[in-house]
Amino acid sequence: MNAFNRLLSTVAIGLAVGLTSVAAVAETPANMLVIANRIDDITTIDPAQSFEFAGSDVSRNIYSRLVNFDPLNLEAGYQPDLAESWTVSEDGRTITFTMREGVKFHSGNPVRAEDAEFSLRRVVILNKTPSFILTQFGFTADNVGETIVADGNTISITTDKRYATSFVLNCLTAVIGGIVDKEVVMANEVDGDLGNSWLATNSAGAGPYKLQGWKPNESVTLVSNPNYYGGAPAMERVIVRHVQESATQRLMLERGDIDVARNLNPEDVAGASKAEDITIDSELRGRLMYIAVNQKHEHLAKPEVRQAIKYLVDYEGMQNSFLNGQYTIHQNFLPRTYLGAVDENPFSLNIKKAKELLASAGVGPFEIEVGVREAQERIEIAQSLQNTFAQAGITLNITVGTAKAILGRYRARELDMYVGAWGPDYPDPHTNAGTFAYNPDNSDEAKATGLLAYRNAWDTGGLTEKVAAAVIEGDRDTRAKMYADIQSEFRDIAPFAVLFQKIEQTGRNKVVKNLNLGGAITAVSYWPVTK
Amino acid sequence: MTEYKNEGRHKAPLELWIRTTFLTIGSIMVTMLGLMFVTFVIGRVMPIDPVLAIVGEQASKSTYDAAYAQLGLDRPIIAQFGLYVWDVLHGDFGKSLLTARPVADDIKRVFPATLELASIGVFFGIILGVPLGVVAAVKRGSWIDQVARVIALVGYSMPIFWLGLMGLLVFYGILGWVGGPGRVGIFYVDIVPSVTGMILIDSLLDRNWVIFKDALSHIVLPASLLGYYSLAYISRMTRSFMLEQLSAEYITTARVKGMSESAVIWRHAFKNIRVQLITVIALSYANLLEGSVLTEIIFSWPGIGSYITTALLSADMNAVMGGTVVVGLIFILLNILSDLLYKFFDPRAK
Repeated sequence: MNAFNRLLSTVAIGLAVGLTSVAAVAETPANMLVIANRIDDITTIDPAQSFEFAGSDVSRNIYSRLVNFDPLNLEAGYQPDLAESWTVSEDGRTITFTMREGVKFHSGNPVRAEDAEFSLRRVVILNKTPSFILTQFGFTADNVGETIVADGNTISITTDKRYATSFVLNCLTAVIGGIVDKEVVMANEVDGDLGNSWLATNSAGAGPYKLQGWKPNESVTLVSNPNYYGGAPAMERVIVRHVQESATQRLMLERGDIDVARNLNPEDVAGASKAEDITIDSELRGRLMYIAVNQKHEHLAKPEVRQAIKYLVDYEGMQNSFLNGQYTIHQNFLPRTYLGAVDENPFSLNIKKAKELLASAGVGPFEIEVGVREAQERIEIAQSLQNTFAQAGITLNITVGTAKAILGRYRARELDMYVGAWGPDYPDPHTNAGTFAYNPDNSDEAKATGLLAYRNAWDTGGLTEKVAAAVIEGDRDTRAKMYADIQSEFRDIAPFAVLFQKIEQTGRNKVVKNLNLGGAITAVSYWPVTK
Repeated sequence: MTEYKNEGRHKAPLELWIRTTFLTIGSIMVTMLGLMFVTFVIGRVMPIDPVLAIVGEQASKSTYDAAYAQLGLDRPIIAQFGLYVWDVLHGDFGKSLLTARPVADDIKRVFPATLELASIGVFFGIILGVPLGVVAAVKRGSWIDQVARVIALVGYSMPIFWLGLMGLLVFYGILGWVGGPGRVGIFYVDIVPSVTGMILIDSLLDRNWVIFKDALSHIVLPASLLGYYSLAYISRMTRSFMLEQLSAEYITTARVKGMSESAVIWRHAFKNIRVQLITVIALSYANLLEGSVLTEIIFSWPGIGSYITTALLSADMNAVMGGTVVVGLIFILLNILSDLLYKFFDPRAK
């Protein structure tokens, strides 16, 4: 639905609701949680393959991991889950986990170290899109027999070199760390696929919920696992229904047919918040909006020009207008709530200072091309930038295109400037540090197109080594400090201006308590929810 | 001699029938092949990257290349098309990227939802639209004609999403007369065994009256909405066809002969517009069977329209191709049905 249609529908509903009121005449059962969400991005439930938002929501509630986040205390970082404890070898390469005793899968099979070994090896062997989260530690299909090994009640993983323990453990909290029931999965193996096809639509976990059914673009139904080692969840059934339209979600929430609406637009948030039984939760998510300038451009490569562009952004104007309630100003590459995240936002719109910086660089008026994908909010950001940059003599020629066209040129280092969004892949600071501030080979031949620094032809000015040092630092607090320092330097020298961090606004019936969406680091947790 | 003549009279229609059948099947196959080829080529040249849809924009080049080869995109386009046709002939539309299921299974799931909705919608459109069109023609220029015109104009010009949202707000949100979005209440999902995939029929077969009633309360609003759009089209076309007949000389003759007005209208004029009306209704039904994307989105109705649209936006080309083939087949079948009905109602067409 385009912006005009959305406006019409909002006006229509606003007028009608203003004249009457939608009375909550229904309510969902006390032991059932009903959610409206857009779930058309789920392509598989297999933890070795799932890499989408709605899929992560499902997976987090079905599969326990060796270590996991406590939804009621995300700030505490990773905690024991199926692994009761762990030790790290002297060389820092081997972590040995001791499994929790007495835990059972949904099938009734006991959870063994052998299942954990199978699950992690399976991720590496299947080599699906998210497998890099494990293979970055040097695991390959050829060496998993020696590097991921179960022995009795313990499982050891040995990385190719020393890494920060917190880095490895954070990665194991990702979806790919889900432990599957080896017996059940292998009973459903087809043509040596390690159960990949079967697990796409079925579940075999030990988590608080099991999958009852997933109908694409329609619904996901979870039923509670009464034998969950952490205690049976209060919500015996969780139904997530695919409801595309924000206005429809709002109507269902106000009618009491659903407990939670996950995709309300700002207009519907404003409307729903007036209802007596509804409250709006705002939670920070990991997605960042940023701009970057190509260091192959003779003007943009100058340090003063890189600085100047950060003063040519109307952060507050955008935050308070078309991004209102959906994004908040954030000028660092680690999202708030990540280990090492900082909350310093020193830049604001300052045309005069930008002009001084451009003058000191000896740069007169010039034109650059800015590439934008055809997404409404990004186009609006580009238009705002076009206005403010013009005031300092920089003409932005906006090229709007499909993901294929624009991203292809960005990867090929052809764009002068790019307005983009970035979401972290796993809940460790290296996920963003390793792409924004890491680029070991800046030559065209390197083709390291997965790295944002490479895409902008930036050699990182010494930050690559600092990122490499941070990723092997054993002490968690020291490591956090290292990332804070890296970000401080990054803000000054990088050809990136990180602009905003995503806020997710959720409409919730007030009877629903303890619903945690996972913040920036993980997905939603249904098991602590009560009514 | 007599026997020979009789045999000849019986043999000729049989031969004709066989010839017609073969020609029909041949034309279906050629049309389907053409449709598949055009869709396939469009799918390959459109600026959406199916590989990116799988691996995500953050993937490295090696991951991208592996997925590219896995999809067979490194082969010549004609070879890709040949392989696709071969698979389709074996009943394999491939696997959907979005649902991780065979496209054939997805279509079995989403098409009955659209069929159920469209059938009830077009039923509303016919039983209300045809009489309205006839009355508007007979009472040309009267207040009934004006009302019919307004009804049709509103139906043509009102954006369907707006009408849908307002309908939901009034009849579901405020009055609570109908069920909300979805085919059935959330608590009744997956309770009735799926036989036809159409919940109304499945709940009847299961003799589950509670779910039947609930499903009916969910379908009535979107079906009425679609029915209204059919009504607008059918009533205007009926009026136009009737006006043409009513001004013909044979109608004047019938009246002069003292025939009653109702006999003139229904036994003469209406009888002669049936063939044209069949085309209009068939087209209207076919349009609804394509799936009304906006109606499906607003009412969270998991039909074929939103299935194909979502697939298209996500570069899920197997799903797009499968859906297009099904929609194409529906058009062709409805055309054939129209032809058969022509022959039934109009002896000249035989």
